[in-house]
Amino acid sequence: MEFHYHIEGGDFSRAGSASSEVKKILKQLNVDPRVIKRVVVALYEAEVNVVAHAHEGNMTVTLDPGSIEAVVEDKGPGIADIDLAMQEGYSTASPRVREMGFGAGMGLPNIKKNCDRLDIKSVVNAGTTVKMTTFFTG
Amino acid sequence: MTLQEIIDHLDAEAILLRHSPGQEVKHAFAADLMSDVLRLDASEIILITGLANPQVVRTAEMSDITAILFVRDKAVTAEMISLARESGVTLIRCRHSMFKTCGKLYAAGLQPVF
Ligand SMILES: Nc1ncnc2c1ncn2[C@@H]1O[C@H](COP(=O)(O)OP(=O)(O)OP(=O)(O)O)[C@@H](O)[C@H]1O
Ligand SMILES: [Mg+2]
Repeated sequence: MEFHYHIEGGDFSRAGSASSEVKKILKQLNVDPRVIKRVVVALYEAEVNVVAHAHEGNMTVTLDPGSIEAVVEDKGPGIADIDLAMQEGYSTASPRVREMGFGAGMGLPNIKKNCDRLDIKSVVNAGTTVKMTTFFTG
Repeated sequence: MTLQEIIDHLDAEAILLRHSPGQEVKHAFAADLMSDVLRLDASEIILITGLANPQVVRTAEMSDITAILFVRDKAVTAEMISLARESGVTLIRCRHSMFKTCGKLYAAGLQPVF
């Protein structure tokens, strides 16, 4: 099964709507709530990053019996130094993003913590692709 | 502690009850930074916050948080209520400051997440 969602950059009022849809689907499929939480927290962090840092993006979620793979791809400024961006506390978030309760530089490390495999690719001035995989068992 | 006991201790207002008043919440966490909330492993907790925007409700939804307690009589918008209704998050509001709210609930026995 594959699902697609659009993510609008800068639109904080809709931030989270894609992750919310995925959560509903996983609940309907009776996935273990602990696994659902890990998956949707990682998805939501990635979705908020598109809203906070990029222009627009797409989320593609592929469900298999044993795993969920989510790819969040955006058009935006890209990340020049991914290792630096992965460090806790590193953030270039604007004051507006901070006012919304984000911008602590914790999102990417939290994505890493909440999925089994993380792959980030980015091209400066083009965009970023974050691929997250979580296994349902073992 | 039950939601009703929390409401009574604070003389608080139930804006949206998506759980029964007798619903137990074992732990509380206080934050204005959603980045911190999203790092918690605990679920079925009450989030005490001075931040009132739709992302607080979204964060609660993703984190399986039972209820949000807004302090200092923060304005809770119709959009936030509708998001909370849809995602099953209870909304409570009290007039006390963050410090006083946390102090009262801690003294009454509500446990911290860590
Ligand atoms: N999709 C993206 N496009 C461009 N830059 C990004 C993107 N995602 C992350 N970044 C960069 O990496 C930094 C770290 O991201 P991370 O998610 O860890 O923290 P944050 O978004 O700044 O704050 P938080 O996630 O705690 O709210 C960001 O500040 C930004 O500079
Ligand atoms: Mg982030």
